[in-house]
Amino acid sequence: MAKLEPKERMKIPRQPMPEQDPKIRNANFEEVALGYDEATARKEAERCLQCKKPGCTVGCPVGVRIPEFILAVREGNLPKAVEEMKVKNNLPAICGRVCPQEVQCEGKCILTKKGKSVAIGRLERFVGDYELAHRTCPLTAAPATGKKIAVVGTGPAGLTCAVDLAREGHKVTMFESLHGPGGVLVYGIPEFRLPKKVVFGEIDYAVECLGIQVRNDHVIGRTISLNELLEQYDAVFLGTGAGLPSFMRIPGINLNGVMSANEFLTRVNLMKGYLFPNYSTPVKLGKKVAVVGGGNVAMDSARCSKRMQAVQAKQTGTEPGEVHIIYRRSKEEVPARAEEFHHAIEEGIICDLLTNPVEIIGDETGKVSKIRCIRMELGEPDASGRRKPVPIPGSELEMEMDTVIMALGTSPNPIVFVDADGLERTKHGTAVADVETGRTKKQRVWAGGDVVTGAATVISAMGAGKRAAADMHKFLKGEAPW
Amino acid sequence: MYKILEKQVLSDVIKLMVIEAPHIAQRAKAGQFTIVRIDEQAERIPLTIADYDSKAGTITIIFQEVGQSTMHLGTLNVGDSIASFAGPLGHPTEIENYGTVICMGGGVGIAPIYPITRALKQAGNKVISIIAARSKDLLFWEDKMRAVSDEIHVCTDDGSHGRKGLVTDPLKEILEAKKENIAKVWAIGPAIMMKFVSLTTKPFNVPTIVSLNTIMIDGTGMCGGCRVLLDEGAKFVCVDGPEFDGHKVDWNSLMSRLSYYREEEKMAVEHWKEHKCKLDKEIAAGGK
Ligand SMILES: Cc1cc2nc3c(=O)[nH]c(=O)nc-3n(C[C@H](O)[C@H](O)[C@H](O)COP(=O)(O)OP(=O)(O)OC[C@H]3O[C@@H](n4cnc5c(N)ncnc54)[C@H](O)[C@@H]3O)c2cc1C
Ligand SMILES: Cc1cc2nc3c(=O)[nH]c(=O)nc-3n(C[C@H](O)[C@H](O)[C@H](O)COP(=O)(O)OP(=O)(O)OC[C@H]3O[C@@H](n4cnc5c(N)ncnc54)[C@H](O)[C@@H]3O)c2cc1C
Ligand code: FES
Repeated sequence: MAKLEPKERMKIPRQPMPEQDPKIRNANFEEVALGYDEATARKEAERCLQCKKPGCTVGCPVGVRIPEFILAVREGNLPKAVEEMKVKNNLPAICGRVCPQEVQCEGKCILTKKGKSVAIGRLERFVGDYELAHRTCPLTAAPATGKKIAVVGTGPAGLTCAVDLAREGHKVTMFESLHGPGGVLVYGIPEFRLPKKVVFGEIDYAVECLGIQVRNDHVIGRTISLNELLEQYDAVFLGTGAGLPSFMRIPGINLNGVMSANEFLTRVNLMKGYLFPNYSTPVKLGKKVAVVGGGNVAMDSARCSKRMQAVQAKQTGTEPGEVHIIYRRSKEEVPARAEEFHHAIEEGIICDLLTNPVEIIGDETGKVSKIRCIRMELGEPDASGRRKPVPIPGSELEMEMDTVIMALGTSPNPIVFVDADGLERTKHGTAVADVETGRTKKQRVWAGGDVVTGAATVISAMGAGKRAAADMHKFLKGEAPW
Repeated sequence: MYKILEKQVLSDVIKLMVIEAPHIAQRAKAGQFTIVRIDEQAERIPLTIADYDSKAGTITIIFQEVGQSTMHLGTLNVGDSIASFAGPLGHPTEIENYGTVICMGGGVGIAPIYPITRALKQAGNKVISIIAARSKDLLFWEDKMRAVSDEIHVCTDDGSHGRKGLVTDPLKEILEAKKENIAKVWAIGPAIMMKFVSLTTKPFNVPTIVSLNTIMIDGTGMCGGCRVLLDEGAKFVCVDGPEFDGHKVDWNSLMSRLSYYREEEKMAVEHWKEHKCKLDKEIAAGGK
């Protein structure tokens, strides 16, 4: 394309993402968003105004060189786009799919005010997918330093930290309690949003290029403790996430048919329950499913439920049933990514907003039969700045349900803190660590990601892993003593 | 991959395997368990550490073939491997010298009660054991249990070996005889047995520890699928247990949760048998 004036660029419409039809996709587990082709990507890249002071980069938690990579896409130089991307972000195929762009890079794009921001996330994914397929930007390691590092947890925080340290020539061993690496990227976020071949593609490549060791089936705090790791390794990074589910304190939570989102998503995603009985882990879901919560976890649970209902209806020759999201605030406060909420509605999920469960009622066999809720209204803003939901007296209602999935947020799993004296924690159970360096209160131990912040985002976990790796490297070189 | 080094058939449906797992053997203690995943398609199932050898780096598991996963596991042989083996999980048994204790194992529960009994004996307790099974051919490790007990009672439901009756019969007699103070009772077996043991000891106020066998997935506190209702609220069996005060457990809720997946379990067995049958035929055809 010839060189364009800013005005002409602003006339190009934001390029839509090709997607599976909602009525078809709500019955399969294949990826919803199909990705740009090169022509569409280059057209979208033409929309970028190449701001002198780019807001997008400021909005990105890891400061990806956004105008630079977009310029390379526009010029058709994809290897260069990958190179620019990888200065700050090793996992673009993942971030392009799951980051909440509307409140980060795209939220700060100058075009947001004038209409529609550049589709930075979609371009990022395009570049990431190109790299996955072509591998133009190999990972290489500096000469061996002889230092040994243990990284606990293989989610985005641990992975990023491990890759950066291995590139500096340190010998990195990762420990994972589950049977495979990836953290929430594998057990939580479903296949139709983030195909596992993308996650495993990135992990296998890093492990292969950099000689990182992965030890699955190692629960730190049980199999081996943090104190024992410190005897064997020069430094330890904790990226154990926030995997502990919470249940509402209401009557009926122990009934059959009530489960945490973590249990449901683990059965479906990690254990591939949607392929039962070819895969052995069953998923039991009724015809009337209530998902309680409004975050990404709730959206994923609801959308997986819809798909599972379709799979099971096909197997049994019955009607699929319905899925409700029960959320105590209004649409404006829904914390999920905008795209996920939009997709959920498109796929036929029913939203009961400003509604809060007060009791789960069972039948004579101990199985869920109803959920009793109360309607809410928004009152004064609370500490988080959001308007606080308050119950409307006398507004109780009952809905027939046979499955209730609790998606209410998670906190760090305390197992890793067993035999780890000196590692300070907050009253929320998160590890205390310096924001800039990731240093904890225990010598030679760094931490980052959800274990420090509580449930947050993939990109913030990666950022924390990256900052910790930089400080660990300085420490190991003797430049930044404890 | 974790290699199977030894296999013993203890009865038609109960098998023992010694598995190479130095990472678990190093710290394993009586009362803890593992999570086993046979291969890529398999589910994760909890199995107790029936014995361990930290020098050899091995873990012994004993399992009863009750469904698809345990049947599949039973078809593996020495030299085969399992894909995942995590542990040791859960809290170990609190071993002390309590005085006189009773250790009870029902059915495949004899496997997990053995290392606890042995540890209690080594700690100086006087150990009375009660072991039971439905019939003689389901009973195993009587000799091993005898070797670590001061007194042993053996029962079968059908009377084909030892005394005819349930574990609660000798238990009740011992408690009623009041010959000596019983400091604690451990009971491991089917939920229904643990329930009745707890009901039996309750009027005598004898602290009773049970090891709960809820359905699990991760075994690390991540899913809450293993939760059990106690007097004080819900607990996760995998991280808060597996041992609990039997007098506080809501047994009805536990048993109802255990049977929740029955239809799916049946389906899994049928599917697996069909698949296995096909494979066996193919192998036979290939061999010709
Ligand atoms: C269903 C769901 C959907 C989400 N959707 C999005 C989204 O769209 N966009 C977004 O940005 N964020 C999303 N998030 C949040 C995001 O996934 C997390 O913030 C991020 O994964 C945190 O990364 P982490 O590396 O800190 O921890 P995790 O990804 O949680 O990884 C921690 C790892 O440590 C392991 N571990 C824990 N304890 C131990 C131990 N004792 N020993 C050994 N290993 C241990 C765990 O098994 C796990 O593999 C979602 C989260 C969920 C649950
Ligand atoms: C901490 C712990 C330790 C355990 N240790 C042992 C052990 O050492 N040896 C052993 O044989 N088993 C043990 N179990 C039970 C074992 O995990 C189950 O028998 C196994 O998961 C069944 O899997 P399956 O696919 O073969 O059968 P499924 O098809 O899952 O079940 C078949 C039948 O068994 C019942 N069942 C399912 N799960 C359980 C369970 N957890 N407990 C009791 N009945 C169940 C079902 O109701 C069904 O009728 C333990 C369980 C726990 C939680
Ligand atoms: S098995 Fe998942 S929390 Fe216990």
